[in-house]
Amino acid sequence: MKTIRDTWLIFRRSLVLTIRQPVWIVMGMMVPVLYLVLFGPLLEGATQAAGTGTNAFNWFVPGLIIQIAIFGTAFGGFGLIAELRNGVVERMRVTPISRVSMLLGRSLRDVVILMVQATIMIVLAIPFGLEIEPGSIAAVLGLLVLIGLAVAPLSYAGGLTLKSEDAFAPVVNAIALPLLLLSGILLPMALAPDWLQFLSTINPLTHAVDAARALFNGDWGNPDIALGVTISAIFAVFAVWVGSRAFSRAVA
Amino acid sequence: MALARPTSGPMIETRDLRRTFRSRKSEVEAVRGVDLSVGTGEIFGFLGPNGAGKTTTLRMLATLLTPTAGEATVAAADLRREPQQVRERIGYVPQGGSTDPAETGRGELVIQGRLYGMNKADAQARAAEVLAALDLEAAADRTTSTYSGGMKRRLDVGLGIVHKPSVLFLDEPTTGLDPQARARMWDEIRLLRAGGTTVFLTTHYLEEADALADRLAIIDQGKIVAEGTADELKRQVAGDVVTLVVNGSTEQVLETVRRQPFVREATGEEGIVRLYVDRGETAVPQLLRILDGAGLEAASIALTRPSLDDVFLRQTGRSLRDEAAA
Repeated sequence: MKTIRDTWLIFRRSLVLTIRQPVWIVMGMMVPVLYLVLFGPLLEGATQAAGTGTNAFNWFVPGLIIQIAIFGTAFGGFGLIAELRNGVVERMRVTPISRVSMLLGRSLRDVVILMVQATIMIVLAIPFGLEIEPGSIAAVLGLLVLIGLAVAPLSYAGGLTLKSEDAFAPVVNAIALPLLLLSGILLPMALAPDWLQFLSTINPLTHAVDAARALFNGDWGNPDIALGVTISAIFAVFAVWVGSRAFSRAVA
Repeated sequence: MALARPTSGPMIETRDLRRTFRSRKSEVEAVRGVDLSVGTGEIFGFLGPNGAGKTTTLRMLATLLTPTAGEATVAAADLRREPQQVRERIGYVPQGGSTDPAETGRGELVIQGRLYGMNKADAQARAAEVLAALDLEAAADRTTSTYSGGMKRRLDVGLGIVHKPSVLFLDEPTTGLDPQARARMWDEIRLLRAGGTTVFLTTHYLEEADALADRLAIIDQGKIVAEGTADELKRQVAGDVVTLVVNGSTEQVLETVRRQPFVREATGEEGIVRLYVDRGETAVPQLLRILDGAGLEAASIALTRPSLDDVFLRQTGRSLRDEAAA
């Protein structure tokens, strides 16, 4: 009960402070929107060649949303480093609030921002030819909750450990970029050589992207959905556990 | 909030508190066995050069660092076994500030009150009270990025006292403040004591420890080297110095004062007599009476005392002023 209350307090504070600087929410969408407008139209041929069986934007937009999910939430630790430096984290550690709430409140803030960004992305993509049902949008947003909770806590743990933006940014890029490329968000992995396809299959993010694509198409019976949701849920539980431990340990 | 406040006995007590920082290659003993006793309702100063172990000790007492060894009781709660109770009863103002530049002063105070368990209405009422007490009302609804250094520091203190803690820890409360803001901060700290709060502050300023602290401990290289009131500590060093400017014969005055038992030593030349006495504050009136009785006249009389720097010098062989300047 106390944890829920404390989480809510931290969540609301974080969200209000983030909304006060909306420029960051927009900045986080810049790159995916550029991909949508300047790269998406090129994909018509490629998706047909790979036999994805859907229109280019129904294939491409789910990947872009996962890209927002990964980069948006992976940089949550960036903001935490600023909070470490200005003393807010230490101030809150001395209060009797639950340690887990310091992690969960911030992570849920990231999830909400992510859902807003994803909704904007979907709306922007409709004029380009994206075809999606409201039920699918709701289901995708649900999947994004799991993905956000799988990434944000790890980012916070990283921020608490590295304590410096200069160290943090290259680490995030070094992890997130290969994961994204291997998940087949830019071009269908069916076009890839065998070794690359293999790496793609063992990348957990690939399954989240596959699940998102099936949800976009309302392909409810597709086994990709169950697999992607299960993998994302397992990672979310693991990430929350790692992140909570990082917050409970003393910040030296 | 009705928190149990210990009514008697020490507010903070530590026994052989230690903290060692280990890195891959080296081991640093930052705090090497600190025994402290801080009385309820006093301002306790923790004086020492940078790197002496002040902040490490403070952070242990505020539950931010786990001691490597030793025991401590803070506000009647055991530091190791009851950190949650300690957190409920203490306020802590870190050295480098504690506010978000995008939040308003009022917003920070309200969330802080909420984090200590107050409901919304209580937190808002208490925030208004603290803003008024610290004279921050005019700036209450501006973001803290617009605050001056002194205002930010006052807000930091406000965040530390939102929940009316029994004991407030202040880490270097006036570092980086201009003299006016510093004097103001001292007044605020004295007001807190007047309201019954025990204040534990670290400082590397001699003047601050001297002017503000009821009692103080001097720490160097992780160990307490002296503890007591500023006056007691200074008295250990040497006597006080009384300087007399004499109208008339210097020799006659010298002869007279040298006969007094409380004068350890006296020197004089060209109308100025310097006396070394044990207790300057009682020596001055006695001297005046004696000179008067002997028909001698002093144009002025001045009492100077050894500073805390002399205490530090004697205990460590180094000057704190040099350390602070270095």
